[in-house]
Amino acid sequence: MIEQLEPKAGVLARKDAIVAGLRKLLPADAVISEPIRLRPYETDGLPAFRQVPLAVVLPSTTEETAAVMAYLHREGVRVIPRGAGTSLSGGALPMADSVVVGMMRMNRIVNINYADRVATVQAGVTNIGITQAVAAEGFFYAPDPSSQLACMIGGNVGMNSGGAHCLKYGVTANNLLGLRIVTVEGEIIDIGGEYLDAAGLDWLGLLTGSEGMLAMVTEVTVRILRSPEGQRAMLVAFSSNEIAGSAVDAIIGSGIIPVALEFMDKPAIHACEAFAHAGYPLDAEALLIVEVEGSTQEQDDLLAKIAELCQPFEPISLRVSQSAAESLAIWKGRKGAFGAVGRISPDYLCMDGTIPTSQLPFVLRRIGEMSDQYGLKVANIFHAGDGNLHPLIMFDANEPGCFERAEQFGADILTLCVEVGGCLTGEHGVGVEKRELMRVQFNEVELNQQRRIKSAWDPEWLLNPSKVFPLPAAA
Amino acid sequence: MSDAPADEAGIASAIRAAAEAGEPLLVQGHGTKLGMLRPVQAARSLSTRNLTGITLYSPKELIVSARAGTTVTALEAALHEGGQHLIAEPPDLSALFGSGEGGEQTIGGVVAANLSGPRRVAWGAMRDHVMGVRAVNGAGETIRSGGRVLKNVTGLDLCKLLSGSHGTLAVLTEITLKVLPAPEQTGSLVYAVADAEEGVRILSAGLCSPYGVSGAAYLPAEAADRIPWLVEQGAVALVRIEDFARSVEYRLGRLQAELGGARLDDETSRAAWRAIRDVIPLRTEAGEAIWRVSVRPSRGPAALVAITRAGGRGFLDWGGGLLWAAGPPELHDIVRQAALDGKGTWTVVRAPDGMRAAVEVLPPEPAPLHRITRRVKAAMDPRGVLNPGRMYAGL
Repeated sequence: MIEQLEPKAGVLARKDAIVAGLRKLLPADAVISEPIRLRPYETDGLPAFRQVPLAVVLPSTTEETAAVMAYLHREGVRVIPRGAGTSLSGGALPMADSVVVGMMRMNRIVNINYADRVATVQAGVTNIGITQAVAAEGFFYAPDPSSQLACMIGGNVGMNSGGAHCLKYGVTANNLLGLRIVTVEGEIIDIGGEYLDAAGLDWLGLLTGSEGMLAMVTEVTVRILRSPEGQRAMLVAFSSNEIAGSAVDAIIGSGIIPVALEFMDKPAIHACEAFAHAGYPLDAEALLIVEVEGSTQEQDDLLAKIAELCQPFEPISLRVSQSAAESLAIWKGRKGAFGAVGRISPDYLCMDGTIPTSQLPFVLRRIGEMSDQYGLKVANIFHAGDGNLHPLIMFDANEPGCFERAEQFGADILTLCVEVGGCLTGEHGVGVEKRELMRVQFNEVELNQQRRIKSAWDPEWLLNPSKVFPLPAAA
Repeated sequence: MSDAPADEAGIASAIRAAAEAGEPLLVQGHGTKLGMLRPVQAARSLSTRNLTGITLYSPKELIVSARAGTTVTALEAALHEGGQHLIAEPPDLSALFGSGEGGEQTIGGVVAANLSGPRRVAWGAMRDHVMGVRAVNGAGETIRSGGRVLKNVTGLDLCKLLSGSHGTLAVLTEITLKVLPAPEQTGSLVYAVADAEEGVRILSAGLCSPYGVSGAAYLPAEAADRIPWLVEQGAVALVRIEDFARSVEYRLGRLQAELGGARLDDETSRAAWRAIRDVIPLRTEAGEAIWRVSVRPSRGPAALVAITRAGGRGFLDWGGGLLWAAGPPELHDIVRQAALDGKGTWTVVRAPDGMRAAVEVLPPEPAPLHRITRRVKAAMDPRGVLNPGRMYAGL
C-alpha cells in the first residue's frame, strides 16, 4: 500500500452530503458513489496501488466541470483528475477522501480546421481518436504513446506524453496550441488558441506535464500535420547492446534523423516476437527498428544510407519491410511490448528513465548486474534517438516481498539514470511511483520552488495532492 | 549602476542584495532587446554578459549547453562546426533595435524572449527546444529544471515557464538546447500573387502538402523590394524546403508541379529566408511602433489589410500566422482589434517610451488567470525585484 496524505476526517464524515450536492449539479448517472461501482476507479495503469475514492463524477461539458470544481472547492474536497486511467506511474490513483473527476464523457470533436492545421477536441477524446478524425483528409496527430488506443488527450496533456515518433515530431507540449481549463476554484480559462505563439507567460508549457496538480483540462487545441507520402521500417539486429548503441550514434552522427529509432534487448525481442510474430530475429542480442518517411525513392535513399552506416557494426541481419502489412507487424510487436511482457511474467513494472544516449551500453550493463543481484528478469525497450529507456521488471506479486524487491530494483535503475546525467521520467510522469525519488534529481530549494508554483495555482493543495512531490511526513 | 558578475554565484549574490534592499533590477544580456515590451524602472541593472562559454556539446546526443551570456553567433558557429543548427532559427532583431550596447544578442536573451524564426511553423518555437535551464530566482536561489536529455517530464516544466518570461521570474544562467543536423540543402519557390489572400492560400497549400515545407511567408510589394533577389516582382509568396539535396530537388519538383512558382537556388534561398528571419522586409521609421501579431494563419491577410488601410505596413510569416507590422503609435488600437478579430494575440516589440508605458504591450489576461500570474510571480520573485513592470504594469 502506498502512503498518501491523511484523509480529511471531516470530508469522509460528510460523504453523503457531498454526494447529494454533486447530484444537484450533474445528471443522476454522472455521479457514482456506490462502493461496487467505485471499484473500477480504484487504480490505473499501475495496479499495484489501489484506493477507492469517495465518489466519481463524469461531467460532459466544461461548464459542468466548472460547477463541480467550484462546489468541491467550497467544500474543501480533494480532486483527482482522470482520463482513461492508463497512467503507468499512479497519476490517477485516488485518495479515500477525494472525488475523481473523469473526462471520459467529454469525448466530442469540437472543431477541425484543415486550412489552419488545427483541431479542437474535448479532453476525453482518445489520442488515436484525433488521428482517426482527420485521417481521411490525409492528416494525423503526431504524439503516439503506446497506449494511444485508450489514453485520452486530456491525460496526455497532464503527463506530456511522448511516443515512438517524438524524435522527429516532439512530445505533447510541442504539438499543443491551446487549452480550456477549469481552475481549482471553478473558473474557466482559455490558454492559447488556434495560433502558434501565445503572448504572455507560457502557461501552456507549464500546464503540460503538470500531472493534474494545477488545473483540470476540458478542451485541447492541437496541431494536426499532413501525413508523409509514406513510411517504412527496417529491422537491424546486432550481436551486442554496445554494438547496437554504436550504430545508433553513427546514424544520428551522419545527419539522418529517422522518424523513429527504437532499440530492444534480447529479452524484449523474445517477448515481443512471441506476441506479434513480426519476424524479429531471435538470435540477436539487440534489435533496432528504424523508420523513415517520404516518397518511395526518399525512403529507399535513407534506408540505403542507414544500412551502409550499420555495415561496420556487422549486423546479424538487416531487413527492410516490403509492405504496409509487414511494417504494421513490426510496430505491433514494439507497441505491444508491455502486454507481451505481461504474457511471459505474472506481473511487471514498467520504468521510464531518460539517459544521455552515449551512456546506453554502460546503463544496460549495470541493469544486467542489478537483475542478477535482485534475482528478477528485466527486458529493455529504448527510444534510442532521444534516450528514453523503458526497463520492464518482471516479478510475481504472489511471492511475498517480490513486489517490494521489484520496486527497489526500479528505484535503483532510475537513480542510475540520474547519476549518468539523465532523469527519473521521460514520458510517464512522476505520479506516486517516483515521488520519493524526486530528491535524487532535485534539491530541497528546487522542490520548494516547484511546490510554491503548485500553491500559486492551488493554494489549498486540493488538486491531485500526494503526487509528484515527496510527502511532508517523509521530509 | 550596472553590474555584470563573472559567474552564477555573482548573479545570485547581486539578486540577494537587491531583494534585501528591495531595489528593482533591470535584467539583461547585452541589452539588444531593452526596447521590447514595457520599460523597466530600475536604478540598477544586472547583466549576464560575462557568463559565457559552451559547457557541453554532444552532437550525437543532439544536445548543447551554454552559459546565458554566450552570443547566439558564437553558439551558431560551434554548432556549424558540428554540422548542426538551432532548430527554431532565432531572429537577430538589430535591424529594428540597432546593435544594443555594443554587443550581440545572447542565447539567454533569445530564450527569455522566446524568439523564433520562419522555421517555427514546422519545427517548433525556441521554447520547444529548451531541454534544461539553470537560473537564479528573485530570492537569489539557484534552481535547475529539465536536464541534458531530450525527453524529460520530471516535475513542473520551469524550462517553458522561464522561456518567454522576459527575466521577470528568474535570471537564466545556463541553457541546454536540443539541436538538429543542419540541412544539406535548401530551396524555395516564389509565387507572384495579387494580394495576401492569394498568398496565404498558396502558403496553406504548401503547408498542407506532404513535402515538409519549413518556411512560408507572404511579402507585399514594398516588403519584397527590401530583399535584393525579390526586387520589383510585386507581392510574393515564398515556400521553403530544407533537407538532403536529393529530397529538396524532388519535393520542390512536386510542389512546382502542383502549385507552380519559380525556384530560388540554395544560396539565394538561404539569404532570402535570413532576411525574413531578421525582419528586414519591414520598413520602419523613427518614432514608429512595431508589433508582432500571432493569429490563425487564415486570418493573417485580413489583419494585414486592416493595418495597411490604417496607414501601417507589414508582412506575414508562419503561413500567415505571424504578422510583423509597423506604423505610427496611433495604430495600436487597430492592431489590437486586428489581433482580436484574428482570434490571436499581439506583442508591442518596439515603441516610443511614452507609448510603451501607456498601452497594453501584451493582451491583458482574464482576471482569474492574472490572479494566478501574480501568485506565480510572487512564488518566483517574492520581493518583485526582477524586471518589474516589463510584461504587465504593477507586476
